[in-house]
Amino acid sequence: MQSRRIAVLLFHPRFENSEANLALYEAALASEGVTCRDMYELYPDFQVDIETEKVCMMEHDVIIWQHPFYWYNCPPLMKQWIDLVLEYGWAYGKDGNKLEGKYIMNALSSGGTFEIYRRDGRNRFTYRELLSPFDQTAFLCKMKYLPPFVVPGANRITPEELEKFAAHYKEILAFLRDPERDLDSLDKVEYFNQLTPQSQWQEAYCKTR
Amino acid sequence: MAGSILQDTLIYLGSALVFVPIAKKLGIGSVLGYILAGIAIGPFVLGFVGKEGEDVMHTAEFGVVMMLFLIGLELNPQAFWKMRRTITGLGGLQVLGTIALLFPVFLLGMDFSWQASLTLAMAFAMSSTAIVLQTLKEKGWDRTASGRASFAILLFQDIAVIPILAILPLLGRQLVVTENHSGGGVAAWLSANPSLAIALAVGFVFIISRFLIGPFLRMIARTHMRELFTASALFFVTGVAWIMQYAGLSAALGAFMAGVLLANSEYRHELESDIEPFKGLLLGVFFTAVGSTINFHAIAAQPVTFALAVPLILLLKGVVLFLCGRFFGVRGEQGWLLAILLSQIGEFAFVLLASAVPLGILDKEQGDVFMAVITCTMIVSPVLLFLHEKFLSRRFRHAEPDPEYAVNPDEHQHVIIAGFGHFGSTLGRFLRANGVEATILDNDSDRVTLLRKMGFTVHYGDATRLELLEAAGAGKAHILVSAIDSPEKNLALQETVHKHFPHLEIYMRARNRMDAYEFIDRGVNHIYRESTHASLEMGIDVLGALGHRKYTVRRKASEFIKRDEAALFRLARTRHDKETYISSVREEIEAQEELLKADSQFRENRPDNAWDKNLLRG
Repeated sequence: MQSRRIAVLLFHPRFENSEANLALYEAALASEGVTCRDMYELYPDFQVDIETEKVCMMEHDVIIWQHPFYWYNCPPLMKQWIDLVLEYGWAYGKDGNKLEGKYIMNALSSGGTFEIYRRDGRNRFTYRELLSPFDQTAFLCKMKYLPPFVVPGANRITPEELEKFAAHYKEILAFLRDPERDLDSLDKVEYFNQLTPQSQWQEAYCKTR
Repeated sequence: MAGSILQDTLIYLGSALVFVPIAKKLGIGSVLGYILAGIAIGPFVLGFVGKEGEDVMHTAEFGVVMMLFLIGLELNPQAFWKMRRTITGLGGLQVLGTIALLFPVFLLGMDFSWQASLTLAMAFAMSSTAIVLQTLKEKGWDRTASGRASFAILLFQDIAVIPILAILPLLGRQLVVTENHSGGGVAAWLSANPSLAIALAVGFVFIISRFLIGPFLRMIARTHMRELFTASALFFVTGVAWIMQYAGLSAALGAFMAGVLLANSEYRHELESDIEPFKGLLLGVFFTAVGSTINFHAIAAQPVTFALAVPLILLLKGVVLFLCGRFFGVRGEQGWLLAILLSQIGEFAFVLLASAVPLGILDKEQGDVFMAVITCTMIVSPVLLFLHEKFLSRRFRHAEPDPEYAVNPDEHQHVIIAGFGHFGSTLGRFLRANGVEATILDNDSDRVTLLRKMGFTVHYGDATRLELLEAAGAGKAHILVSAIDSPEKNLALQETVHKHFPHLEIYMRARNRMDAYEFIDRGVNHIYRESTHASLEMGIDVLGALGHRKYTVRRKASEFIKRDEAALFRLARTRHDKETYISSVREEIEAQEELLKADSQFRENRPDNAWDKNLLRG
């Protein structure tokens, strides 16, 4: 069986000042068989090339939106990308089934932590709740929404901690790429963070032969 | 065989043309090539030139003066001041150390009188500025640790020559009546007060370089006559050299000082590129003359002395250099390199020996043998360097690169902007606003003056000239912005850069579509047509004024530019298929028609679906 083809689309309007996203992106760059695209570098004027992006979507099985979680949401170019690329009649709506069966996920850095993103926390909603527009976007386009991966407290994170998150991210990318893994059974998992890094968590998601 | 000037010129230039390319091809450096050419045409091989080689040599020594002027230009006063400790410390240590080591060798080992031993030791402490600096430049080592150390030592030696020359008469057995060059009253008075003369000369050179030469060159530049500018540059360097020599100082030192004082001038690069060819030529002639004056009879007469002296001197000098370098932090491969680079005896030793013989310190035969020794060390040193590069430096190649040896990237800018008119200056301001400084070249002297007043580092000169590009650091820069007003000049610049600096990325200003085609044909990838962006900006506003939504129009404009660029490259290829008799005007009309056709096709085939809710209703 062929390895799954993964595309990481990085959306960061000020990548040069980023630490968390840099660490994750470098982990992705160092991963085998992962296409990495720095979207703000490709479209500094927001003129997203729809054709190019559609081809990219078609050529990959797993799409990862990697971005900081600004104002409980994605950066504007990512929204522009969603608006322009996921066209009616192509991604959704009448005859819109080109993305059917693909997987999509958010990998995000956040200033807050899981404790704050809680019903009784300062932000009142969980990450999952706030990410539901992306979940629903995937659903409308007949894609499967994977559990998100969050780097919390990204403003105050130590280099050692960041290194662990990057290693975990790399583990996840390798896992997603492995055709023997059953990604559909991940729907019980709320966040990739819950799958303890460097344990044998991958074993639980084997395809039954 | 003495001939006319024409004949001599033919012989010198011809021999260089034959030998230097061969030497280059063999990888042994141009210096050795010139010296070999000199031996070939000298009295002992082909006999094309005779004794007059010595006169030629003394004339051509002026090349060394020019070289020091050029070095001074690269070193602004602040940088020079920073080097003062290295110059006196490292240079002083090398000169004194070499004298201390060589003196007993001559006195005890070779049985010379103490006067002769001291003279020889002092003369042989000198290294060849001409050879070493030429080599440093050629190999691009001028900013390495060993390169900087070499430079400091050489500078100290050039200064030390003056007191050494002053000491020599005290060592002499015969009292030579000094020539009294008392022409007029002032000259006689000055030669009676040498320290005052020196102070006056230095002050004079300082004032000229600092205050007078700038406005003078500006005036000359305004005449737009290249040869006048070259003449001024030569006049200036020669004048400074003459003044200093007249005051009893070294001409080379004077030229160096003038160079340092002009290092911050806007005419720096232009002066550099004007003097450079003369320097190169004179040095070539100098080395050739050195080769032609080797006295093989003297060598044959005392073969043992000769065979012992050359390797011994090279070895002892090398040891001193290596230790001095070590003491000043030049270690490892760089230490070896320093020792080999400076191990030869320099051209100043010729001067010192030439004055020692008439003083009776040395007799004529000894003088001739040691003259030959000097020349021989000069020949051997490029060979040693060649061997070092081939074998010794290999051993160090796998060692960790020491950051101290790395070329400092700040010393040259990454970006060169040629042409600082409205186009170039807007770009330059934008780069600077983002903390990127560029080396700027412009050939409008009034504009250069104005911009320098505003704090820009602008250099005067014609950017299409290879020498100026070289002086501006094109060899080390990454990007060249060609923003000259005249399209012909931009083309010429592109050609020069393509030929001599293929690593430079050219960002090209093009006046219009037709110019852009030319550049595409020549393989330029970054082309910016002046009109495109400004006219489309206007188009956005015009459509906006007609009631179109600005954001939609802006998206259309971006789309338009992208397609237009693509069409530009496509049409550049296909236009050659047409018959050649089509005039350029016709060609342009046809190109426009094709573009319009492509526009309408695009409108028909690519509807804009973005944020279009009509689709959802359907």
